Amino acid sequence: MDLLAFGNTGWGDELFFATLMTVAVSITAMILGFCFALIFTPLKLSKNKFLNFIGNSYTTIIRGVPELLVIYLFFFGGSGAVMFVASIFGYDKYIEINAFLTGSFAIGIISGAYSTEVFRGAIQSIDKGQFEASKVLGLKKPVHFFKVIMPQMLRLAVPNLSNVWQITLKDTSLISVTGLVEIMRQSYIAAGSTRDPLFFYSFAAVLYLLLTFLSMKLINKLETKYRRGY
Amino acid sequence: MDLDLMISSFPKLLNATLVTLKLLSLSLIFGLILGLFFSILRLNKSIFLNKFSYCYSYIFRGTPLLVQIFIIYFGLGQLEFLRSSFLWIILKEPYWCAIIAFSLNTGAYTSEILRSAFETINKGFIEAGDSLGISKKIIFYKIQIPIAIRQSLPAYGNEIILMLKGTSLASTVTLMDLTGVAKYIISTTFKPIEVFIVAGGIYLFMTFIIHNFIRYLEKKYNY
Repeated sequence: MDLLAFGNTGWGDELFFATLMTVAVSITAMILGFCFALIFTPLKLSKNKFLNFIGNSYTTIIRGVPELLVIYLFFFGGSGAVMFVASIFGYDKYIEINAFLTGSFAIGIISGAYSTEVFRGAIQSIDKGQFEASKVLGLKKPVHFFKVIMPQMLRLAVPNLSNVWQITLKDTSLISVTGLVEIMRQSYIAAGSTRDPLFFYSFAAVLYLLLTFLSMKLINKLETKYRRGY
Repeated sequence: MDLDLMISSFPKLLNATLVTLKLLSLSLIFGLILGLFFSILRLNKSIFLNKFSYCYSYIFRGTPLLVQIFIIYFGLGQLEFLRSSFLWIILKEPYWCAIIAFSLNTGAYTSEILRSAFETINKGFIEAGDSLGISKKIIFYKIQIPIAIRQSLPAYGNEIILMLKGTSLASTVTLMDLTGVAKYIISTTFKPIEVFIVAGGIYLFMTFIIHNFIRYLEKKYNY
């Protein structure tokens, strides 16, 4: 247990902050994913063939290509892309992007593809009568979306979104390849300097289990909240 | 866009695809056996076996695949008794470590898929078999398993695709699979987009084939 002591003698505090980093990346990625889903779900449901094609390609490509490959694309290509944009505005120096931002963005795009599918499924399984009724009542578009469609959609979407959250949480372990110090990276460093990989990787597994367990508890509460009345 | 690089890297990536496919097929075979075994344990009435199987699937589904590979590849080598035993012949190879990790991982997901398939089988089928005097064993092999396989096909198809994406993690333990070679080419040429398009295209092609194959099977075994 000495290995887990807090302070300079052990890895306890390092692993604690690494866990916070994992949670921070997961939450950022999940929120970014929602933003992507908000853009791409309407595209997927749109009747316009071109918009539909864009929405479908996004989810198909991201869900069909390994997460690691997407992360490598952003890790190696991210600063190049930013520098290209900056050069248009006349800034030619080397720009290094923060590992946190690249990582969250990469995971966010992946999680967005899954969220898009969840939202699409949820909206499609809402009774058609609801759309027609709110049209007949002459509700304005925002009222129609936020007061009629959204509450019903969330009830159907929350159970599946909890799966997306689990996938996102586990995917953040892959960002360790870019050098961001989250649970996996910190365990890698600790295992390297103490030569005790079995202990540190098992401890990382325990931390992930703890995170998934706690988030499941929280999500179950959310689920009961959105299920009331049914 | 560097078209020459895309064309010249294509054969290398295609070669690496063979490694990916080998990893995928072996881990799916072992995973299916593990999954079937643990799903049968889950249906068992013994509380101990039931809990054991539940813990197995909970642990492997609740932790990232990367942790599992690292524990098996870096961690197990630390144990002295393992290193002196015959198992070390297998465990010192990153290739087999990756396959063990993938099989255990996909086994956990498969056991959940099969369990829910077994549970949704209409009781009437089993009762009908019972009343016809068919033995329990034959009911299991000839009635329950075929129905469960049909029920679990769509979910299992997803699992195959997830596993295909999972094999990319083999590149973290020095294996040169499709992602490993892609990363190597990216880091030597520094042209991520071109390599991503080619490697991603190969992955997408594989998912496309798997998806359609499962759909074909679903149609074939429809009842």
